[in-house]
Amino acid sequence: MVIQQDKMQSLAARMAEDEVKGRSPWADARKRFLRNRAAMAGLVILILVALFALFGNRFAAWSNEDLDFNVMGQVATMGMPSVENGHYFGTDDLGRDLFARTVQGTQISLMVGIVGAAIAVIAGTLYGATAGYVGGRTDQLMMRAVDILMAIPYMFVLILLLVMFGRSIAMLFLGIGLISWLDMSRIVRGQTLSLKNREFIEAARATGVPAWRIILRHIVPNLLGVVAVYATLLVPLMILTESFISFLGLGVQEPLTSWGALISEGARTMSYGTLWQLAFPLFFFCITLFGFFFVGDGLRDALDPKDR
Amino acid sequence: MTTKPLLDVRDLRVTFQIRREGDLPWTPPRQLHAVGGVDFTLNPGETLGVVGESGCGKSTLARALIGLVPATGQAEWIDGRDLLALTPRQMMKYRADIQMVFQDPLASLNPRMTVGQIIAEPLTTHHPGLGRAEVKDRVKAMMQKVGLLPNQINRYPHEFSGGQCQRIGIARALIVEPKLIICDEPVSALDVSIQAQVINLLIRLQRELGLALVFIAHDLSVVKHISDRVMVLYLGKVMEIASSDDLYAAPQHPYTQALLSAVPVPDPDFDVAESVVPLAGDLPSPLAPPSGCVFRTRCPRAQPACAEQVPALMGEDHLTACHFPGPLTEEEITRARQTEAA
Repeated sequence: MVIQQDKMQSLAARMAEDEVKGRSPWADARKRFLRNRAAMAGLVILILVALFALFGNRFAAWSNEDLDFNVMGQVATMGMPSVENGHYFGTDDLGRDLFARTVQGTQISLMVGIVGAAIAVIAGTLYGATAGYVGGRTDQLMMRAVDILMAIPYMFVLILLLVMFGRSIAMLFLGIGLISWLDMSRIVRGQTLSLKNREFIEAARATGVPAWRIILRHIVPNLLGVVAVYATLLVPLMILTESFISFLGLGVQEPLTSWGALISEGARTMSYGTLWQLAFPLFFFCITLFGFFFVGDGLRDALDPKDR
Repeated sequence: MTTKPLLDVRDLRVTFQIRREGDLPWTPPRQLHAVGGVDFTLNPGETLGVVGESGCGKSTLARALIGLVPATGQAEWIDGRDLLALTPRQMMKYRADIQMVFQDPLASLNPRMTVGQIIAEPLTTHHPGLGRAEVKDRVKAMMQKVGLLPNQINRYPHEFSGGQCQRIGIARALIVEPKLIICDEPVSALDVSIQAQVINLLIRLQRELGLALVFIAHDLSVVKHISDRVMVLYLGKVMEIASSDDLYAAPQHPYTQALLSAVPVPDPDFDVAESVVPLAGDLPSPLAPPSGCVFRTRCPRAQPACAEQVPALMGEDHLTACHFPGPLTEEEITRARQTEAA
C-alpha cells in the first residue's frame, strides 16, 4: 500500500481538530485593492504626504515663525528655493520659510479633511441607518429634517458662523462637520432600505434580536463598503471646502495656515515673479486630491466587484 | 386526537393595506387579504405540510406565525397563551420556542459574520448569561449535529455550498432548542440531490429532538415524503387538510385533485396530457377575491351556489372546504380540458 494508513488517519484527525481560519469578505476586498495599481499609487502618495505632514518639520532648517531678514524685501531675487540657505521651497512674501509653512498647512488641511469625514461617517451612518431601519413616520421626519438642512446654502451659513463666532479652527471644524453628514445619511438610508428586507435581517428579527443590535451587527457592517468609498471621496471635498473658505480669507488665521491660505497668498504675489509660493502648496494640494480619488475609486472596485 | 395541540390556529388573517402611487391621503387604502381566515392545529412532534401555488399566502402565513407581519385571529400555544395577542416583550419568551428556516440559504446568512457568530446569535440573544467558551462548545456540538465540520466555525457563508448554508440555517434555528420550526420552502433553492440530504437531516433531527415542523413547499412530492398531515391553500384560504396518505390517495377538493394531477412523473413514456387536469385562467387578484368559494372561477364543478356561500371547512380528520366534495368525474375532466383549450 502506497499510502500509510496510520499517517493519513492522524493527518485527517489533525485537520478535523484545527479550526480553519475563514477568509472574510474584507480579506477578499483587500486582495483586490492591493492588485489595483492606480489605487496603490494613490495610497503611496497619501502615505508620503502624511509622512511629510508628520515628520517634515525635522528636516526644516527654519521654523515656520521665524522671518529671514536676509531675504526680506528682496524675496523675488533672494528667496528662491535653494538648498544652500535652507529654504528648500523658498520663502513667502514676509521671508518665512515656505517648507515649514507647507508642512504646517498640510497638517491642518489633512486634519480638517479627516475630522470632517469622520464626523460625516459616524453621524451620517448612525442617523441614516436608524432612519432607514425604523422606517415609517420616524424615517419621514428624520429625512425631512435632512432635506431642510440641505436646502440652506451651506457656504453662506459657514461664512456667517465664522463671522459671528470668530474665525477659529474649532468653528471651522464645527461648520464643516455640520454639513458633511447630510449626504452620507441619505446614502446610508438608501442602502439600509435595501438591506432591511434581506432574509438575514428577517432571521434576526424572528429570533428577537433587539433593533439596536440589528443595526450595529447586521446593517452597519454590510454598509461599511459604501461608507468607506464615500468617506475617501469626502475627505478631498472637505479639504476643498476648507481651502475655499481660507482662500476667501475667512478660514484658518495667521500664524496658522492651510493649503488654501498658502495658495491664496501665492496667487496674490504671482505677478512679482515668485511663482514658487504658489507652486509648492498647489502641488501638494493636487497630488493629495488625486491620491484620495484614486484610493476611493480602488475601494469602490474592491468592495463592489459585481459592479464592474 | 386527545393530546393538546402545540399550536391551535383559529381564523388567522393577514391583511395588507395597499396605497397606490398618487392616492390622496384621505382615500381609504385597499385591503389585500394575503391570508383570509386559516384554521389548523399542530400536535407536538408532528409535521404539517403547507402547499399551494405562488401567491397563495404560504410564506405570509409563516411570517404571521413568527410575528414578522401583524395578523389577527388566534394562535394558541400549548400553554394556553395566544401568540398573536402578545406584546413584543412577552413574545420574546416564545421566540426561542418557534424558529424559522428560510428559503434562500445564502441570503439568510449575514455575509459579514462567521458561521460561529451566525449560529450563536439566537443563543446569545436568549441566554445572554452564557460564557464565551460555553457558547462556542454548544455551537460546535450543533454544527456536528447538522453535519458540518466543527472546525469550520470561523469560516464565512460565501465559503460554503448552498446545501451547507441551509445546514447552517438549520443549526441556527435549532441552537435554542425550539419546539416548533417553520420551514419556508427550505429546499426549493437547492439541487435535487442536496434537497434529499437536507430533508433527511430535518426528518432525523425531528425524531431526535421531538420537533414539530410547519413545512412550506410547492413541491408536492417533497411534502408527501416529510409530512404527517398536509394543508392545501388557495388564495389565502384552506381548501383541504388531511393526513398525508389520505390526501394523496383520495383528494376530495377539486383544487387538490388538479394540483396533484400536475405532479411530474419520472417516466418518459407517461403522457402528461392524459392525466393532468388543467385549471382555466389565472389566480384571481387577492385585492378582489371572488365571492363565495374563492376557487369557483377556475373550478370545473362550479355551481351557482358556489358564488353565494363561502364553504366551511368540514369533516372529521379529512377536512374539505367545498360544497360538492368528491373525486372529479370523467365528464368534469373533459370539460376542464375543453375550457383550457378554448
